[in-house]
Amino acid sequence: MAGSLGLCGQQPYTDFELSLEQVSHSFGKRRVLTSVSAAVRAGQVMVVTGPNGSGKSTLIKIAARLIRPASGRVVWRAGGRELGMDAAKGVVGLVSPELTLYDELTAIENLLFFARVRGWSGHGLVRWRGLAGAEDVAAGGGARARARAILEQVGLEGRGDDLVGTYSSGMKQRLKYAFALMHSPALLLLDEPTANLDEAGTEIVRRIIAEARGSACVVVATNEPEEVTWGDAVIRLGGVA
Amino acid sequence: MTPSSDSGAWRKAWAVFVKDITSEFRTRYALSAVLLFAVTALAVVSFSVSPYSLEPDAQSAFLWTVLFFSAMTGLARSFVREEESRTVLALRLSAAPDDVYLGKLMFNAALQGAVALVVVPLFLVLMDITPVAPGVLAASAALGTLALAASSTIVAAIVSKAKSKGALFAVLAFPISVPGLASAVRSTTVALRGAGGAGTAVAVGVAGAAARTTGVAVARSASAMAAARGDLLALTAYSVLMIAASLLLFDFVWNE
Ligand SMILES: Nc1ncnc2c1ncn2[C@@H]1O[C@H](COP(=O)(O)OP(=O)(O)OP(=O)(O)O)[C@@H](O)[C@H]1O
Ligand SMILES: [Mg+2]
Repeated sequence: MAGSLGLCGQQPYTDFELSLEQVSHSFGKRRVLTSVSAAVRAGQVMVVTGPNGSGKSTLIKIAARLIRPASGRVVWRAGGRELGMDAAKGVVGLVSPELTLYDELTAIENLLFFARVRGWSGHGLVRWRGLAGAEDVAAGGGARARARAILEQVGLEGRGDDLVGTYSSGMKQRLKYAFALMHSPALLLLDEPTANLDEAGTEIVRRIIAEARGSACVVVATNEPEEVTWGDAVIRLGGVA
Repeated sequence: MTPSSDSGAWRKAWAVFVKDITSEFRTRYALSAVLLFAVTALAVVSFSVSPYSLEPDAQSAFLWTVLFFSAMTGLARSFVREEESRTVLALRLSAAPDDVYLGKLMFNAALQGAVALVVVPLFLVLMDITPVAPGVLAASAALGTLALAASSTIVAAIVSKAKSKGALFAVLAFPISVPGLASAVRSTTVALRGAGGAGTAVAVGVAGAAARTTGVAVARSASAMAAARGDLLALTAYSVLMIAASLLLFDFVWNE
């Protein structure tokens, strides 16, 4: 498994920055987050930790702009300006237990589908090319070549044409990394990054994070003591009242 | 974001459509439920009612009742399924709302079109009907299919977010679909019966002229087309309005 994952230098934003400004959130009457502030720049890893139910996954979804916080602001900044909502589809790479890919599609079909709805088309290709060679540019060959290359990086080579429904839980977790990395995200959000992974899988995650440090913002939500040490900064969320 | 603001928008919507079609072919998730319902309903009524005891307007209403409930059993699943299999998170993360809506609309229209292609001929055979104006029937079926796809797509999107999905679907689907259905039923009645009745003086005049030159069948079908024109236009307008409103509304539904 040699070679680059293609994270570095491929994405449109090299100076991406995520700021959470006094973010609070409640589900109904249950207060989950109270005035959380933090900032991560490209090249940094932020770890979010705390007991079960303390709001780690909620904070990850807020950072991904999948949930609008009840109060406070999530700011994505790059190239000296704030990015609007329309940037969202190209920015985030998410790995999460709540994420599910299509069981009735193969791994390659899943990756190609998400690449296409993200706009991987003729003219967008240069930006997205990543691992694919220039000879693959024609007619979606670029996306397919990249999907194959990424599957190899996460140790799923040879299984790309199997239906995802037939995957084991660890294989599904590896595939989520392929899904998250396909478009060279500027913001990599990892909720329970090593769930279901074996030692080799955990090693792949370490390598991905090491490589993402080259240019992406990484946020990791975890309860594993070892993973907490990955962070340049650590946010500890309290228990629920 | 509007589809026209981005040259790749149709390609993205197309990707959603192809994904849904692929899933559907592999699982027959919607089609089996829909066809089972439609064929059963047609068979039950045609075996228990003498073909000649129903007037064209009752036949037409029956046909659209079957098509409506087929749409509502099958098409509802397109969003509910993303929600239930929890793939909606990955989709929301990757796809813009308009692309998802248009892709789902195309899928629902294709599915409903396939159902109509089975149900309408079967209906004609089982009920022993020879339509007076086949062209009007085809136009009614095609436009009605689009109308049903448009209304059920947005209703399904709204309902997929709700807890008690079944009940809400019925409550919403009814008022939203009724205007389109009413037009479809009327134009289909004309297709089955011809342009009899009041208010078609002009059409009959045209038909009279045509009859002398090209024969009675063509004349009847021309007059039927003239008589059904208003309803077919209303059906088209209904679909256009429904799709435009859905594009506006869908952003809110999709992002909660
Ligand atoms: N969609 C939701 N509706 C209602 N309550 C929710 C929802 N999502 C999360 N919660 C509540 O918010 C709180 C925080 O949940 P969250 O999933 O963010 O915790 P977590 O820190 O990720 O926990 P874990 O370590 O178990 O993964 C919990 O009390 C949970 O019940
Ligand atoms: Mg969690």
